[in-house]
Amino acid sequence: MTSIDDSRIAGVQDPSAQIHAAPETPRGYGSMKRKEDARFVRGRGQYVDDVVLPGMLHGAVLRSPLAHARIVSIDTSAAEAHPKVHAVITGETLAGLGLAWMPTLSYDTQAVLATDKVRFQGQEVAFVVADDKYSARDALALIDVEYEPLAPVIDAKTALDAGAPVVRDDKEGKADNHIFDWESGDSAATDKVFAEAEAADDQVVVTADVLYPRVHPAPLETCGALADMDPVTGKLTLWTTTQAPHAHRTLYAMVAGLPEHKIRVVSPDIGGGFGNKVGIYPGYVCAIVASIVTGKPIKWMEDRSENLMSTSFARDYHMRGEVAVTKDGRIRAVRVDVLADHGAFNATAQPTKFPAGFFGVFTGSYDLEAAHCAVTGVYTNKASGGVAYACSFRITEAVYLVERMVDIVAHDLEMDPAELRMKNLLHADQFPYQSATGWVYDSGDYPRTLQVALDKAGYRELRAEQAERRRRHEAGERVDLLGIGLSFFTEAVGAGPRREMDILGLGMADGADLRVHPTGKAVLGISVQTQGQGHETTFAQIVAAELGMSPDDIEVVHGDTDLTPFGLGTYGSRSTPVSGAATAIVARKVRERARIVAAAMLEVSPDDLEWNDGSWQVAGDPEASKTIAEIALAAHSSLELPEGVEGHLDASCVYNPPNLTYPCGAYVAVVDVDPRTGTVNVRRFIAVDDCGVRINPMIVEGQVHGGLADGVGMALMQGIAFDLDGNCLGGSMMDYLLPTSLECPSWELGETVTPSPHHPIGAKGVGESATVGSPPAIVNAVVDALAPYGVRHADMPLTPAAVWSAAQGRPLRTDLAIT
Amino acid sequence: MQVPAQFAYEKATSVDHAIALLARHGPESLIVAGGHSLIPMMKLRLADPSTLIDINGLTDLDYIRVEGDQVRLGAMTRHATVLESAVVREHFAILPDAERTIADPIVRNRGTVGGSLCQADPSEDLSAAFSALRADVVIRNADGERVVPVREFHLGPYETAVAHGELLIEVRVPIRTHTGSAYQKIERRAGDWAVASAGSVVSLDGDTVAEAGIGLTAVGAPHFVAAEAEDSLRGNPATAEAFTEAGRIAAEHCAPSADQRGPVDYKRALVAELVTRTLQRATARARGEA
Amino acid sequence: MEITIRVNGEQVVRDVEPRLLLTHFLRDELRLTGTHWGCDTTNCGACVVRLDGVPVKSCTVLAVMADGAAVDTVEGLAHGAELDPLQEGFVTCHGLQCGFCTPGMLMTGRALLDRDPDPSPQTIREAISGQVCRCTGYENIVRSVRWAAEKEASKEEVTP
Repeated sequence: MTSIDDSRIAGVQDPSAQIHAAPETPRGYGSMKRKEDARFVRGRGQYVDDVVLPGMLHGAVLRSPLAHARIVSIDTSAAEAHPKVHAVITGETLAGLGLAWMPTLSYDTQAVLATDKVRFQGQEVAFVVADDKYSARDALALIDVEYEPLAPVIDAKTALDAGAPVVRDDKEGKADNHIFDWESGDSAATDKVFAEAEAADDQVVVTADVLYPRVHPAPLETCGALADMDPVTGKLTLWTTTQAPHAHRTLYAMVAGLPEHKIRVVSPDIGGGFGNKVGIYPGYVCAIVASIVTGKPIKWMEDRSENLMSTSFARDYHMRGEVAVTKDGRIRAVRVDVLADHGAFNATAQPTKFPAGFFGVFTGSYDLEAAHCAVTGVYTNKASGGVAYACSFRITEAVYLVERMVDIVAHDLEMDPAELRMKNLLHADQFPYQSATGWVYDSGDYPRTLQVALDKAGYRELRAEQAERRRRHEAGERVDLLGIGLSFFTEAVGAGPRREMDILGLGMADGADLRVHPTGKAVLGISVQTQGQGHETTFAQIVAAELGMSPDDIEVVHGDTDLTPFGLGTYGSRSTPVSGAATAIVARKVRERARIVAAAMLEVSPDDLEWNDGSWQVAGDPEASKTIAEIALAAHSSLELPEGVEGHLDASCVYNPPNLTYPCGAYVAVVDVDPRTGTVNVRRFIAVDDCGVRINPMIVEGQVHGGLADGVGMALMQGIAFDLDGNCLGGSMMDYLLPTSLECPSWELGETVTPSPHHPIGAKGVGESATVGSPPAIVNAVVDALAPYGVRHADMPLTPAAVWSAAQGRPLRTDLAIT
Repeated sequence: MQVPAQFAYEKATSVDHAIALLARHGPESLIVAGGHSLIPMMKLRLADPSTLIDINGLTDLDYIRVEGDQVRLGAMTRHATVLESAVVREHFAILPDAERTIADPIVRNRGTVGGSLCQADPSEDLSAAFSALRADVVIRNADGERVVPVREFHLGPYETAVAHGELLIEVRVPIRTHTGSAYQKIERRAGDWAVASAGSVVSLDGDTVAEAGIGLTAVGAPHFVAAEAEDSLRGNPATAEAFTEAGRIAAEHCAPSADQRGPVDYKRALVAELVTRTLQRATARARGEA
Repeated sequence: MEITIRVNGEQVVRDVEPRLLLTHFLRDELRLTGTHWGCDTTNCGACVVRLDGVPVKSCTVLAVMADGAAVDTVEGLAHGAELDPLQEGFVTCHGLQCGFCTPGMLMTGRALLDRDPDPSPQTIREAISGQVCRCTGYENIVRSVRWAAEKEASKEEVTP
């Protein structure tokens, strides 16, 4: 690297100094077709299961049919005798290698293959390696496992009862199912406000129990891996479905004791992630071990049931919310108590110091005097939960809670929910705003964003139609009821400042490398990993905007740890806030290097040059200018370069975000509900998002569309209940329903733009906004529709049965089997 | 992906050939038509036939035609064909109503009428629709054919009158004058199995119900029929009150069980509502009003 | 058993196990990996191909059942370097994100346009309702099919 002074490069030393640096109409930004689509529409994408290596064998996992049982014996002899089987690996095999257990992302341990007992239905018990995938599956049926059934812990509400079976008796001295207690906010100050509210005549305390049920991200591509340990070089190459290839590489080095430079993790095209592909699953480890044992490449791909039943779940938060509010609708304080069901292993993927993720933003978009939450995590006999599902580290749960509570307050005070929100939203002049739980919101203009949404929806007209429908309903007509639901969310994304945020000790900073070839084309290496978000286009646009190039001249490389700089990967809407910033800064570094070379070419001092329309130009002499392409060629030529510049423009950087970014949005759902059958039709959905500067608006809108569909799914149909024996009742796509084109309306989008003041290009991240913001809007709409039935709350998923039952005053408990 | 266990495979070239193959390969052999119920069950290894006898080559069983006062549907008629048939739509609106809700358009391209009936899933929609229509099915074996009323065809969940060595080859639906029909299904999502469905067929004699057929699915109604509700209507005036009462009777006599689609009280409430609605719709259609 | 299938216009002959699913025949035997799979229960539609022109879920068809038939996959959609208008529509209207459902959506969309050159948005939604997309929320898929319909209509006007 050259010895130029990095302090000349805007944003390197102090990214927060870059408030003014966001270009107003940057070249390179704007909707453009995605570069990656050419291969996808031809069927030429390359996903893990598309990779084939010579001599490759296939693995399959035998899973527990029971939720909680002691393993008495495992007989693998018949499977081993199958002519096409090469190996059968059990927990005992792994124990011999010290690999029967692995660390989780939350400093817990998780069984790779069960040794002592099984702790959830679908847990990994044995791994078969065979010539082909059909034979591997045949051999599973030949393994004989004897189980001694144990009483399972299924209902999280009884997990801490005295005498409850202990899920994790593998942990030394563990006598209960308690994982952690965590709190946030000022308990005493909050209690004081609540005491005042209870005593005062003009104030009330509103309370509700709200469940965010267990859901699964269910990307269309399941998880899998192809492990190839080269017995000669000792190098492991792992093609795998991961959203965080670098973090996985480091963890494999830690878990398996393999030297990190001898591990190459390749995350090729990924068929959707949504958080499902953040964690390391036992099947990956088994594939690696099997490759070491057999000396052959091993491919393992989950089937759909394995994906839904065993990989990490999300949510499962039982929340009690309390709001202290004046009778004229001034919200003073919020208090929350959460029981968090983490399943059998605490495999939550979130920053170490945040066992409940960023749930601390439960104060939402409102100006509160005080707030406090207490979260207790418990073990149950279910698959490990707590991983993200497009949730920005539990902000989904936080936003759902506060937006549901605001509607319940509106219901109890008989106020219009839009008016109540307007009354309590933060105003533009309050930013930066420190919330009652300590989060520093960067920017926003909430009332304006809400107003845009209300106008777009035609809120007043909708309320008039609703009143008319209610009148006809009350007159005894068979008429659908109209529901109008609002939500206003603030997200906190782009984790994060490394001092505060790490995963297993790895700081959440991300790198970028930019190489500019002699002919002026460039290759950008990034540490984040697209699963459909369009990084190959968006990140090229960022460089293009900074360097005056065409995005088509920039190749974005990602998903290969041998080719890209270290970083923690794509989840929590962090790609643009973190890696996007790194990309802008590395491009600015290149630009600054180019300035020195251009000065030599033009025989002037670098200080005489100004950056203008994609060229370095001598101030006052527009004829004397050099483009990046011209400068790149010169930098590689025989031109005598100034001292300290060795001869190319390449640069690298690591971005450590000074703060999170805080996108926000106002959503309006309009639903028709047939109260006699309980069916819900989402008639319209209006989403106004403010994610700061939009690099590629087409892609931003696509991200929002997808999240809105997710919201329809979670609010109305996606839900994984368990019966009291621990059977998972959502273990296939026949039972775990994902929304289709017929449940989704034609989305109506709008935007406001409040740039992030501390981000180099003012962008905020949008990948999860709609997933966070839409479920409360839809639930609020359905509950609003059911007002004539006196309904105040009903838990997701609002299936026809749940809606009808709520209208009868007998709401369903949606985390358990319906009886 | 889940995959089936091993089996032998035979392609039948005619109905008689299929029957001969069943005899030759014994009781562990199974017929595959569209395969959209059987193949998923084989992947889950809930079905494990020794031999699969493929009758997709029997294109002579893929027809919809009018014969006398019947519409006859060959067993290999695909759902998509039924849905698009003008003859079916003209005489039995209940069938496109039901077909539109069966699985999804891609599955309907492949799944067959005969396959659906023979699978005898207790939540299957055509079984209820054909029961409401009082259709007959034709079963062929080595000795010849027999005609069985659909209402006697289903012996229980996943069990039918088709014995091993036999093939269902045709469904016969009587055409009735002054008759209308309708079907409604409640599902958690497009393409899901029914929470509950009802189909009604109403034949009018002036303002009197001359005959009514009510089919139910997914609610444990014997033979997919709400017989007591039909009895309450026959010979009585076709009024809104009578339809509401028929719904109430149907709800009382069915035997739903609770599952993730809903509790028992909800399913009964749905039966009452759907029977009432479909009776109204069928009657309006019989009168040429809809 | 030996089977003969015309795949994207070319006759292929292979000896396969009867239980081999058509999806795996295409992906593993022919290395046509554009056809994906996403479930085991015939729900997701990532595996949709055309069997004698009709879109089917190839995870629920045995390869032997396709003996003697024509199978068309996403790999056969473009005409050399020239994309099918539907492929172009998906690129233009951002009808895909992760790309995993896209081949199935394209095959269904093409079959729809072949029989109904001017489908309404609702008709398109019904046609793709047996196929799950986890990324796009479907709206841009609908727009992509509409874009292709309009493009094809305008072409026909020029060259009747």
